[in-house]
Amino acid sequence: MSFISSLEKSLATSKFTITGELTPPKSASIEDILDGARLIKDDVIATNVTDNPTSRVVMSTLATCHLIEKQTGLETIYQITCRDRNRLALQSDILAANALGIKNILILTGDYITLGDHPEAKPVFDLDSVQLLWAIKRMQEEGVDLAGKKLKTPPKLFVGAAVNPGLDPIEPEIIRLEKKVDMGTKFAQSQCLYDPNVLGKFMDQISHLDVKILVGITPLLSAGMAKWMIKNCPGVIIPEEMIKRLKEAEDKVKEGIKMMVEVVSKIAPMKIAGIHVMVPERADLVAETVKAIKASGVV
Amino acid sequence: MIITEKKPIDEIKESLKDSKKVFILGCGTCATLSQTGGEEQVKEMAQLLRDKEIVGTTVAETPCDKRTLKRDLRTLSASLSAADTVLVLSCGVGVQTLAELTEKIAIPGLNTKFIGMTEHIGAFYQRCLACGDCILDETGGICPISRCPKGLLNGPCAGHMDGKCEVDREKDCVWVLIYKRMKDMGQLDKFRAFRKPRNYQISTSPQQIVWKKAQ
Repeated sequence: MSFISSLEKSLATSKFTITGELTPPKSASIEDILDGARLIKDDVIATNVTDNPTSRVVMSTLATCHLIEKQTGLETIYQITCRDRNRLALQSDILAANALGIKNILILTGDYITLGDHPEAKPVFDLDSVQLLWAIKRMQEEGVDLAGKKLKTPPKLFVGAAVNPGLDPIEPEIIRLEKKVDMGTKFAQSQCLYDPNVLGKFMDQISHLDVKILVGITPLLSAGMAKWMIKNCPGVIIPEEMIKRLKEAEDKVKEGIKMMVEVVSKIAPMKIAGIHVMVPERADLVAETVKAIKASGVV
Repeated sequence: MIITEKKPIDEIKESLKDSKKVFILGCGTCATLSQTGGEEQVKEMAQLLRDKEIVGTTVAETPCDKRTLKRDLRTLSASLSAADTVLVLSCGVGVQTLAELTEKIAIPGLNTKFIGMTEHIGAFYQRCLACGDCILDETGGICPISRCPKGLLNGPCAGHMDGKCEVDREKDCVWVLIYKRMKDMGQLDKFRAFRKPRNYQISTSPQQIVWKKAQ
């Protein structure tokens, strides 16, 4: 069997898959992200590259993915949001991604524009994530664009989406994931998870869906960070015990990573495909977290 | 109705800095109902502009209707002809209708905010974006186009928290409201439906509806 990407192959053949995440630099030099890519290269099968995350302007994801792959050999997962581009721009970027040799794509609606550093900009949202997935499905399966016009060479990308197991109510999120899977989503990466019980319940609720789940893992680096996330990150549920441990710990980063190793040991048997490790602006901690998880033998 | 908001008085004074003789025109419909351009507010504005010569004031029945505005202005032709500027306390449609009917400088005294529902005076809520293709039958009578900042059509994004929107935690996530209502109504099947991208061609500006006369 032939696979589009190493990520697809890993999800089909390995017991446990680990992906990472990098944010393009607010800079005109690619050097500022290559070190991060080299740091995590041996620890992850592929890395997400975010698309103007939290609506802040950074280098174009498409160019960053290409340069990371070309200069470090690390496979990328091209994140694309519906916030900044209309259906024409989205489709042309997707065609370009394929031409540049990018193999994986992750579709997101995108954070709202007023949450970022250009709050006065015009939000686009011509499509939502489900509609963009539909567009890609048509491009790949029917060889046509959204207007029904034939593509000389259709793209061939391994397509993913995002999911948030901690939302309340959860049913609309499950329905949305059903739609995403209907529209060709093969893997879904989740919001950061700290409470294994939340995931256990969620995995039971989506057992009818043929989709590989990569669970979001972000080590908590301080009690303050944990409290901030509870208040500001939808669907993030952090057990009180974790905050207590962080308060008491001498080396909070080490404790944060240790707690993630424990979480992974509990969720690994839950029919998940693996984990997605994200630490904003800290590729070194992505590498350290993955190394700690692997060294512990829990996966 | 069209919900309007008073412009800051300093901004109005700046717009009127070259005007000497001002006529103030209010709106007897939406701006009267939202208390931004009724009798009271026109009187109040005349007070605030004491340093100008106010040559006349009126509250027209519907300044957005060329026929009635023309009729109402006719009765005021003497005072209106003395004015160099008309300050209009109505939505932008009233300002433009006035500008089409007279040679006077038309200055807006209000900002036009949205098409909304009035709960009580001082509590107005946007409910329609005039998208031109109503889907309220598919969404439990609750509009995601005007009430979801992203205008999503396939359910909530993952940004809702305690039923509130990621963009403003004071506001309800409209898709959570739609979900709850449709669930209560036994319409989750309809909620699940995939909705295709919107057709923006039908709402290209400027919109106009002109009935064709029967042959």
